[in-house]
Amino acid sequence: MSNILQVDNLTIKFGGLTAVSEVSFQQQEGEILSLIGPNGAGKTTLFNLLTGVYTPTYGRIVFKDKDVSKLKAYERARFGMARTFQNIRLFSSMTVLENVLVAYPQVNQEGILKSVFFRGRTNFARRAAVEHCEELLDIIGLRGEVDTLATNLPYGKQRLLEIARALATNPELLLLDEPGAGMNSVEKEDLSQVIRLVTGEMGKNVLIIEHDMKFVMGISDRILVLDHGAKIAEGEPADIQKNPMVIKAYLGSGGIAEEENEREASSI
Amino acid sequence: MKAKINTCFQTWKHAVVYMKPLPKAMLLLAMLAALLVFPLIMTQNYIIHIVINCFIYITLSLSLNIIIGWSGQFSLGHVAFYGMGAYFTALMMLKGGINFWLATLISALAVGVISWILCRPTLKLRGDYLAVVTLGMGEVFRLICNNWTAVTRGSRGLPNIPKPELFGFVFQSKASFYYLGLAIFLLTLVFVSRLNTSGFGMALRTIKEDDVAAASIGIHPVRFKLVSFVIGCMIASVAGSFYAVYLGFISPSSFEFSESMSMMAMVVLGGMGSIPGVIIGSTVLTALPEMLRSLSDYRLVIYGALMVLMMIFRPGGIWGSKNRMLNIYKVKAMGGKKKVMSGE
Amino acid sequence: MLLQMIINGLTLGCVYAMVALGYSMVYGVLQIVNWAHADVLMIGTFIAVTLTNVLHMPIATVILLAAGITAVIGMLVERLAYRTIKSSDRKLAVLVSALGMSTFLQNLAQLIWGSGTSQLQLFTKKTYTLGSVGLTNIQLIIFATTAVMLALLYVVVNKTKMGVAMRACSTSIANAKLMGINTNAIISLTFGLGAVAAGIGGLCIGNYYNAVYSTMGYMLGMKAFAAAILGGIGSLPGAVLGGFIMGIVECLGAGYISTGYQDAYAFLVLFIILILRPSGILGAKYVDKV
Repeated sequence: MSNILQVDNLTIKFGGLTAVSEVSFQQQEGEILSLIGPNGAGKTTLFNLLTGVYTPTYGRIVFKDKDVSKLKAYERARFGMARTFQNIRLFSSMTVLENVLVAYPQVNQEGILKSVFFRGRTNFARRAAVEHCEELLDIIGLRGEVDTLATNLPYGKQRLLEIARALATNPELLLLDEPGAGMNSVEKEDLSQVIRLVTGEMGKNVLIIEHDMKFVMGISDRILVLDHGAKIAEGEPADIQKNPMVIKAYLGSGGIAEEENEREASSI
Repeated sequence: MKAKINTCFQTWKHAVVYMKPLPKAMLLLAMLAALLVFPLIMTQNYIIHIVINCFIYITLSLSLNIIIGWSGQFSLGHVAFYGMGAYFTALMMLKGGINFWLATLISALAVGVISWILCRPTLKLRGDYLAVVTLGMGEVFRLICNNWTAVTRGSRGLPNIPKPELFGFVFQSKASFYYLGLAIFLLTLVFVSRLNTSGFGMALRTIKEDDVAAASIGIHPVRFKLVSFVIGCMIASVAGSFYAVYLGFISPSSFEFSESMSMMAMVVLGGMGSIPGVIIGSTVLTALPEMLRSLSDYRLVIYGALMVLMMIFRPGGIWGSKNRMLNIYKVKAMGGKKKVMSGE
Repeated sequence: MLLQMIINGLTLGCVYAMVALGYSMVYGVLQIVNWAHADVLMIGTFIAVTLTNVLHMPIATVILLAAGITAVIGMLVERLAYRTIKSSDRKLAVLVSALGMSTFLQNLAQLIWGSGTSQLQLFTKKTYTLGSVGLTNIQLIIFATTAVMLALLYVVVNKTKMGVAMRACSTSIANAKLMGINTNAIISLTFGLGAVAAGIGGLCIGNYYNAVYSTMGYMLGMKAFAAAILGGIGSLPGAVLGGFIMGIVECLGAGYISTGYQDAYAFLVLFIILILRPSGILGAKYVDKV
């Protein structure tokens, strides 16, 4: 099994603050890898480094056997790395369908000459794009809301839409940043199903940041734990649950209540 | 009371946007026919002159709309590219004996290159900073026109610009310029509409709203911003070329910052980003001051006050920013027959 | 000659600094660029013109009244054009509103006082010669005024309760509200102070060039804004430093290169700064949180 993602000594410093420190790990093809850690551990920062939003101070990212450390964010997206955001970043003035359409490469790479001068011919390709995107929405479970503005969707469906949008780019690796945040248990069930579909039928790789331990333990093949920017543990769910360093990082000395407080504080 | 007016307006606009294809096509055809016969039935040259001015300003506003309304780059120096088109064409015709059509084309290409060079370093700038820098571009252009007297004759301007010729026909009469202006306006309109409903247009709108999210789906923000800026400036250049031959005389005083402000007012007041809104805004703000001659001194005072009031009460402009047909890409791709629901 | 140019440059620089302070103060508190700032000072200067040329009031009264009225107008502008903007796309709406207010004020001035140039002679010019350099009493007054103003501002911002409140607001308005600070009052105060400083700057430059006209705010505002950015917008010492640099660059450019392009030097400096180091000399770097 080859590695879809290999990260070596990835580090980023913001002035005096080291947000991510010497993080190294691999993700094998076909495995669901979860990234957990207390709030402020640097998980989203790590995602931003992986996707190219931040430039690392040093370190290397190898994706699909190619060093992508120098590629810009949009280039990595085109190369097969898609993501969702912790705070939903949908295009709120566009409809559900448009959000997905605009992520489809044939649509957003449509040349000006083609769209202005050769209308007839491009419309043919456009119909194919529309059908493909509607099918994708069908699979995710948003078929009925095709014409709804993204802002008018209920919260849980907005998160699903973000996933659909990321999938429209036909990625090989999908990075999900707290996809279950703010969802109730029913919505989380739908989410689990979608993720299983994505990794199973669609054959994509998934790297998830999540806080819901039950969810994470239930869905992951392996788990990576960050705390204060550094990797403190890596392994299978059963081992991570018993790992004393992990327990200490989460629960500290205050018990479960402290973790709840941290989670609430970070959502303001 | 305000709510009642708003709802009235809303329903009317809704009806227009979602009109069935056949009546809509007939309405557009009727308007086109009216535009075509207009100069034949209108005897007052002055009114034709106003309409020609409208054509120029609508073209300019549509081009500015691409830059401000669609890709969200706040450009306050648009007048510079309008002026460049005018000056380049005038100089080529006067000193090089080049015909109007070739001169316009070369001017547009030159302006395209210049705008690309100017835009490239400013891409990281946001909002106010970009506004100031573009304002600076406009000012520097004006200063060059005023001071480089060897070429531009400074504030004395360039008179006696030759008239365009096409297969022996010389564009002399008001009517002939009317049709030329109309052609430019219609071409721009078709171009801009098609761009609006294309994948390019959709991608452009995503950059305006959230360019980090746009990058995450493979959209190259820099390329789109550059291309939209260049296209907008090139269209402005064509409008400038037309202006030069229509008036026959150009000087730096026609290309001051107040023109950029007027253009921006037209885009903002009409409804930033929406094509019908911009057309309405430009028509109103070009025709009204002409017709209310007595108020011409108060024109800019009113513009200024209007802009403030609009931002307080109706930031979306007259047309409003939410009144577009949803999923228009799909509608056009499917041949315009699908019924869509409102999303407001 | 170089020394003369530097002295003239510093004079201009003082004026730019006075106006730049207003831009920085407002940006520090609200993160908006007050495009109407310079036009407010223009109106204040015109009022001084009317007070002295038409109503023949004594100098001290003219200065006090003009400065006071400028402050009031500055605060009114904030009330009418900025505070009322509640649109969701606030930044853009405020920008457009500010530009609209600027256009409104400029053309209003034109309607009231005409589009010509008026004279302002609060102090009649007297030149002193020191070796090869000429210095006018007006220049000395400008230097003195700037020094006093900066000293006063320093005391207010750093040593008074009001100043602490202002600094709190520029860090975070939300938190300032939570601390019980009346942020609306502080914002008004910031606009008022900025307007007074700028107004006095307007009086200085109006007297220095003996010219007051409706579009004087435009160029002066551009240059002062460039100065504020050069020094680092939001930083008051930066605004002052930027002002001085701007003034000297302009005079050196006019002297050594050409006077026709005098106004372009400001834009050139602005362009270069924004490309190379948008945070300015003394400004803080800003990282976008994803």
